[in-house]
Amino acid sequence: MSKQIDIKDLDIFYGDFRAVDGVQMQIKPRSVTAFIGPSGCGKSTVLRTLNRMHEVIPGASVSGEILMDGNNIYGPGVDPVNVRREVGMVFQRANPFPTMSIKENVLAGVRLNNKRMSRSEADELTERALRGANLWNEVKDRLNLPGSGLSGGQQQRLCIARAIAVEPEVLLMDEPCSALDPISTLAIEDLINDLKDKYTVVIVTHNMQQAARVSDKTAFFNIAGTGKPGKLIEFNETSSIFSNPEKEETENYISGRFG
Amino acid sequence: MPTSTQTTVSGPAGAPDPDSRPASGPAQTPKAVVRPGDRIFSAATLIAGILILLILAGVALFLLAQSKDTINAQISDPSSITGGHGFFAYVWPLVVGTLISSAIALLVATPFALGIALFTTHMAPRKLAPVLGYVIDLLAAIPSVVYGLWGIALAGNLTAFYLWLSKWFGWIPIFAPDADGSVSNTGRTLLTASLVLSIMILPIITSLTREIFLQTPRLQEEAALALGATRWEMIRMSVLPFGKSGIASATMLGLGRALGETMAVAMILSPGLLTASLVVSGNQTIASEIAQNFPEAAGLRLSELITVGLVLFVITLLVNMAARAIVAKTSVKGS
Repeated sequence: MSKQIDIKDLDIFYGDFRAVDGVQMQIKPRSVTAFIGPSGCGKSTVLRTLNRMHEVIPGASVSGEILMDGNNIYGPGVDPVNVRREVGMVFQRANPFPTMSIKENVLAGVRLNNKRMSRSEADELTERALRGANLWNEVKDRLNLPGSGLSGGQQQRLCIARAIAVEPEVLLMDEPCSALDPISTLAIEDLINDLKDKYTVVIVTHNMQQAARVSDKTAFFNIAGTGKPGKLIEFNETSSIFSNPEKEETENYISGRFG
Repeated sequence: MPTSTQTTVSGPAGAPDPDSRPASGPAQTPKAVVRPGDRIFSAATLIAGILILLILAGVALFLLAQSKDTINAQISDPSSITGGHGFFAYVWPLVVGTLISSAIALLVATPFALGIALFTTHMAPRKLAPVLGYVIDLLAAIPSVVYGLWGIALAGNLTAFYLWLSKWFGWIPIFAPDADGSVSNTGRTLLTASLVLSIMILPIITSLTREIFLQTPRLQEEAALALGATRWEMIRMSVLPFGKSGIASATMLGLGRALGETMAVAMILSPGLLTASLVVSGNQTIASEIAQNFPEAAGLRLSELITVGLVLFVITLLVNMAARAIVAKTSVKGS
C-alpha cells in the first residue's frame, strides 16, 4: 500500500523556463517528507511532478526520472491518468465538488475507476475513508448534504477522505493547512501522523514548525534569484535539518536570516 | 440672553420634547459625503435602467393599442378575421409552427454548441482554439438574409434526404409523406427552416457556453484530474456541473433568437396550413407570417398581424421568465 519514490536528475520546465534544476531524492515508503523553502523555489512544482499534474499546465514539461518502486512514471507508454489513480493529492484550498454530496465526494475517485459497488460496499468505504480522515463523527448524520456546506477545515479533511478512498500508494499535500485556522490545522497534522502508517506522504509547507512537527525527513529548496531555477539545497532527517543543518543556506532560512 | 429665554421656553414644554427628539435625531446625523462622480454615475445608470423599462412598456402598449381592432372584431364578428374562424383559430397554427421550428433548432444546435465550446476550451490545441472561437463569433455577424439565401440553396439539396426519411421513417408522423406519397419537391419545409435556424443560433449558444466553461475554477478541474479522471471525466465532474446554469441560460437566449427570427424563415419556408409532417410544405411561424403579409396589409389585417406580434411578445416573455427560473434553480453555490 505504500511505495518508495526515487527522483533522479529531475529538471522541470515551464515552456523554455527552467523552474527546477537537478533534483535527486529518495523518499521512503510509510514516511512523511516535508518540502520547505521560500516562495517560487519550486517545491510545489516538484510535488506536482510526482503525480504528473505538472504537465496539466500548458507548455510545462519534465526531464529526468521519477521511479515509484522502480517503475518510471515518466516512462514511455505510461498513462498519467493511471499514475494519478495511484498518487492522491490534496490542494492548498479545499476543493470538494460543489454539486456532489459529502458521500458522493468521497466516492468520486472510486467511481472513476469504474468499479461497480454495491450500496453496502459504498457505505462501508465512505465510512472507512471518512474515519481515516477524522471526519466521520462530524458528518455521519449529513452524508447526503453538499460538501460545500462544511467548514474550511472539514472541507479539507473531506478532500483527504476523497484522496484516500481510492487507497493510493502515495499522498501528496500542497500546503494543506495554509487556508485553515490553528485548530483545523492541528486536526490535519494529527491526521498526517496517522496516515503515514499506510501511505507515503509528501507535504509542501510554508510553516517550518509544521514541517518540524509532522515530517520524518525535510527537503529544503531555494532559489538563487528571480529567473533562476530552484534547487534542492539539503535533504535530511527533519531533526538534523532543524537542529544541525549542513548547509549555511538552510541554517539562514530556518533561523529567519536570508541572503 | 435670547438663548437663555429660549431654553426656558422649551423647558416648561417638556412634554413634547421626547416626541420631537427622535424626529430631529436622524436629521442631526451627518450626511454621508457623496462625490459628484458617484452621483453622475448613479444617475446615468438609473436613467438607463428606467429607459429600458419605458421602451419595453412602449412596445407592449403599442402592440396592445394596435390589437384593439382585432379584439373588437373577435368579439363582434369572429368570421371577419383571416381564416374565418376567429383569431385563435388563425394564430394557433402559427404558434405551433414557431414553437416546433424553435424546438428543433434548439435540439440540433445545443449539443453542437456544447461540443464546440468544450472543444475550444478544453480539448483543442492551444493555437487552434482562439481561431475556432473567432470563426464561431463570425457566424453571428452574418446577416440573416444571407442565411436565407443559403437556406434556399440548401433546401434543393435536402429533398433527396427528405424522400429517404419519408420512405424509411414515414411511420413517424413528423416524417410522413403527403397524400401522393411524396415530399416537398423544393425542400422548402419547416425542417429546412429549423435546420437553418439551428445554425443561426449556434454562435450565441457557443460563445456564451464557452465563456462559462472558461470560468470553471482551475481548482475544481485539478481536483478531478488529481483523482485520476480522464479529460472527459474531468469535464463531466467539474466543468459541466459548474456550467449547468450557464448552459441553461445560453440555450434560452438561443431559443429567444430562434423564436423571433424572421427573415431567414420567411425566405426559406413556403408557408401553408399546419401539418404534422416536417418534410412536406406547409406550416408557418409567427415572425415569418408577419413579414410576408405586412407589405400588403391594411385595416383589420394590419391589426391582426400586430396582434400576432403581441402573441410572440408574450411567448418570448414566458421563455425568458422560464429561463430565469431555471438559472436560479440550477446555479451552483461556492467554487
